[in-house]
Amino acid sequence: MTTTPDQARALLENAVRRVVPDADLSALPPGADLRHELELDSLDFLGVVEQLSQDARVRIDEDDYPALATVESAVAFLMARAG
Amino acid sequence: MPDFTMPSLGADMDSGTLLEWLVAPGAVVHRGDPVAVVDTDKAAIEVESFHDGVVEDLLVEPGTRVAVGTPLARLGPPDGAGVPPVAPATPTTPDGVRAAGAPAPRAKPVPPPLRHHAADVGVDLATVHGTGPDGEIRRADVDAAAHRPAVPVPPDRREGPPRRRVTPYARRLAGELGVDLASLPDGNGTVRAADVRRAAGAGEARPDRRPPAVRERDVGRATIAASMSRSKREIPHYYVGTTVDLHRTTEWLRTRNREHPVTERIVPAAAMLRAAALAAREVPEVNGYWKDAGFVAAGEVHLGVAVRIRGGPLVAPALRHADTLALPELMAALRDLVARAREGRFTRAELADPTITVTDLGDQGVEEVYGVIHPPQVALVGVGRVVERPWAIDGMLAVRPVVRLTLSGDHRATDGSTGARFLAAVDQLLQRPEAL
Repeated sequence: MTTTPDQARALLENAVRRVVPDADLSALPPGADLRHELELDSLDFLGVVEQLSQDARVRIDEDDYPALATVESAVAFLMARAG
Repeated sequence: MPDFTMPSLGADMDSGTLLEWLVAPGAVVHRGDPVAVVDTDKAAIEVESFHDGVVEDLLVEPGTRVAVGTPLARLGPPDGAGVPPVAPATPTTPDGVRAAGAPAPRAKPVPPPLRHHAADVGVDLATVHGTGPDGEIRRADVDAAAHRPAVPVPPDRREGPPRRRVTPYARRLAGELGVDLASLPDGNGTVRAADVRRAAGAGEARPDRRPPAVRERDVGRATIAASMSRSKREIPHYYVGTTVDLHRTTEWLRTRNREHPVTERIVPAAAMLRAAALAAREVPEVNGYWKDAGFVAAGEVHLGVAVRIRGGPLVAPALRHADTLALPELMAALRDLVARAREGRFTRAELADPTITVTDLGDQGVEEVYGVIHPPQVALVGVGRVVERPWAIDGMLAVRPVVRLTLSGDHRATDGSTGARFLAAVDQLLQRPEAL
């Protein structure tokens, strides 16, 4: 099974909403830094990572955090890993 | 038998608002049972009874603000004089209250713009009397309600006859998001914030980042204003700061976290809190309270952690006994505390007794913060952002993750040299992360 861009985006959106219930990823400017735009502190971000790991069944190490910086990079990361 | 009185839930608390009774006359209460919900301006807190007894009379209506020490309920002896025990869930019906509010069930949903307006002016739509066709609520009705003097309508009567346990935060959230609590599916348990959010999400696409209701924001602001004004009026602050090399700590955490599941991951902020707690034990002069013209050392370390609640007030509840928590335990306690802060749920002790507070603005992107001490505490630790900087080691340049740590100290209690000793202790602890 491969993960489509839409599926990856849905995974991300779900994980983000668990921390920021009213977050709207489509309202973010392209390339915007997720942590900065959504004002995620390190605990918030860990919450997102935890949810993503669980839903996508991938191990996300701290070294992978830079790949989760923007919506686009996170979608690419999830497609590559969660396939 | 002593009365149940408005407790002091923080050193700076003079009065509190009774939000909700959790018991009714006739209820048997035991020491430690939650009896009422009290709003301290910082958070809604469930307050427990200090005694075993029977509730004889409720003396204060929900919605009433009273001074600390005011009797709220009369308690009788446990094997009381023939008052039959009544199930705690039975609501009382004080006279003359219902007439003020209790509108008929709404015929039409209120359109979102009007809901936002109501939230902005701090009006609970459930209490608004609609004058439009079919009792429809119009903007003028909301404005009229906003200018009406606050009527202490018991919260549970607002949603109609069936009494439901609703957490205070869920109730506030329902007001902001325009969710009718009566419309929520009938579960067995207490209605929580998550239920309200779910209901709000089901109804409409939520607008992003709506500001919180003005009323709530103002109350939170006023509390901070009073406390910080007092601090700057009374406390002669001194400030010291240092840059700490976090190379060892971040490397150690990175290695450690790779060997653990995501759920047990530890963030650098937790390691710095742990170091601050241990340093507070090493330098007890900064850990305690200024009381009646003298310093009183606390003996225990209850580390206040400044938590910014999204769209809400700033609170600094305590990680209790932080110096006795191993790093993984402290991390778990921190996550739990922050999660509960977002729901507005604290225990009495968490708000009442931080002995020293840490504010970490690193995630906000600033490199250093010199904070204002929370009276009656005598010190505040500031943590900045972890940044990579050129760093000289043994005559060579290296790139290292570093962080600016500061201490704001009360000069009545200590001198700058004490603050310096504290920061040096934190630095040393962060160079031996395996011992944290």
